[in-house]
Amino acid sequence: MTAVQRLRSAAVLSPPLLWTVVFMFVPYSILLVYSFWKTQYPIFVPAFQLGNYMELVRDPQYLRVLLRTLKIAGLVSFFALVLAYPYAYFLVFKVKRPSVRLTLYMAVVAPLWVSYLLRAYTWKTILGTQGVLNSFLVSTGILSEPSSIFLYNQAAMVLTLTYVFIPFMVMPIYAALEKIPPSLKEASADLGENRLATFLKVTLPLSMTGIVAGFTMTFCLAFGDFIAPFLVGGPDGVMIANVIASQFGAALNWPLGSALAVVMLVIVLGIISASDRFERLGAGRLT
Amino acid sequence: MSVFEQKPAGGIAPETDRADVAKRLGADAEAAVWYIGIGAILAFLYVPIGVLVAYSFNASRSLSWPMTGFTFDWYAKLAQNEQLIEATWNSLYVASFATALTLVIGVPAALALDQIDFPGKGVFRKLVLLPIALPGIITGISMLTMFRLFGFNLSLGTVIIGHATALLAVVVTQVYARLQRVPRSYAEASSDLGANGLQTLFLITLPNIRSAVIGAGLLSFTLSFDEIPVTFFLTGRDNTLPMYIWSTLRRGITPEINAVGALIVAASAILILISAVLLRDRSSAR
Repeated sequence: MTAVQRLRSAAVLSPPLLWTVVFMFVPYSILLVYSFWKTQYPIFVPAFQLGNYMELVRDPQYLRVLLRTLKIAGLVSFFALVLAYPYAYFLVFKVKRPSVRLTLYMAVVAPLWVSYLLRAYTWKTILGTQGVLNSFLVSTGILSEPSSIFLYNQAAMVLTLTYVFIPFMVMPIYAALEKIPPSLKEASADLGENRLATFLKVTLPLSMTGIVAGFTMTFCLAFGDFIAPFLVGGPDGVMIANVIASQFGAALNWPLGSALAVVMLVIVLGIISASDRFERLGAGRLT
Repeated sequence: MSVFEQKPAGGIAPETDRADVAKRLGADAEAAVWYIGIGAILAFLYVPIGVLVAYSFNASRSLSWPMTGFTFDWYAKLAQNEQLIEATWNSLYVASFATALTLVIGVPAALALDQIDFPGKGVFRKLVLLPIALPGIITGISMLTMFRLFGFNLSLGTVIIGHATALLAVVVTQVYARLQRVPRSYAEASSDLGANGLQTLFLITLPNIRSAVIGAGLLSFTLSFDEIPVTFFLTGRDNTLPMYIWSTLRRGITPEINAVGALIVAASAILILISAVLLRDRSSAR
């Protein structure tokens, strides 16, 4: 490499490198440091102790919230997958006209451009006791009086989060299905496999990387959400991000909040690296 | 009708006929199931947005069925809501600068990932792409702790830095994906013809990824305009539009919010059309 080339590489590389170090690596490190600090109300003092982490283990409410968050994120990813897979499959294998395919693809991605807060808000207006669904059911006579079962519970949260994050499931599955050569399905049919067997033995395994990528995205995003719980979650709908937010807000215990955030970061990184590993293994098997 | 198209006589014919009909019925039934299922998913996606928009025109203050009449009152109220207008300007300001920053940092990052080998490239890639799956709250509080530790005051400026960091990954993935599809031979031909690296960059590489850069910029702008989790922790006294909506939601729901929502839906639709045109631009160029 000549000196000029090296200089040019450095010029291209240094702004993003500097940015990621200053605004990502340093803040994450500081968060980690904070998680060992002590709180002496109303200030935080530097220390190196595991008290915050011990507190998370000692008080069962943290474990309960963590398990609830994992459960909700899992359910959201599951329902998003159940809806997204047939949709992507239909687009890739059943729709013949490219323009129709593009339109239907855009139809599912387009809501990402509409404010996330408003997409969650609209479910609040639909599901509430005075809301659209209740008043509709009462006016048609299906319900005799408005019911409060629709809003402020975990089901409402799973519904809202599935609605909000489903595009992240469709996109990677669509990309994976699109890459499957039609000849493989034809070969499977020629060899006498019926359509179900072809799906289970050819299509599904080859789209697994898309499923894993979509599942990872949806799970991580739902796992870290604190807006849907606030809008539609109710008392038993508090998620881990809400607890972190309150430690940085009203509860004013940044060190404890940092420790919780570090736990969350570790879980998310674990999921991402497991998914990366799977993708590499999967890619190896395909070639 | 020609002889060849007539049904062959004999015992087999009705059987095949029946099998054919059964097969066709089966195919029809299958198609019907597909259409109903896909229609249901589209309804799931769009009925809530329809509800959001429809109730912005509803005469009554309560959001219940049946709708009571048509009005533009809620929009008129918006036009007089100074806090909301100020918040909208703040959001436009934040989104513009955050988008400019993500492009200035993100395009070189994508170029570096595509074209340069350097030690620590793997770590760099992981770090840059992390915010795509990383919950915004972590970006928000980690930057909050840093700004506080170094004694910075929170303002729209810190929000801009937070957005740029969180959205960098969006720009990098989109631009990098396009760079991967630009044939290497273009740059090779360019340098064979005597162009230097800078000329190749500005005359060959950047024009080839132009629509991806614009598309990524539009997406980044929209996402920044709507952003909450990072803004929540990094904003000072000034509200952005989503933060303003969030604070009104604490007091209860009103059709005014639906009116804001309908306007955002309309603006998003326009941006989507622009990016769809850019996408078509790309496919016709191939």
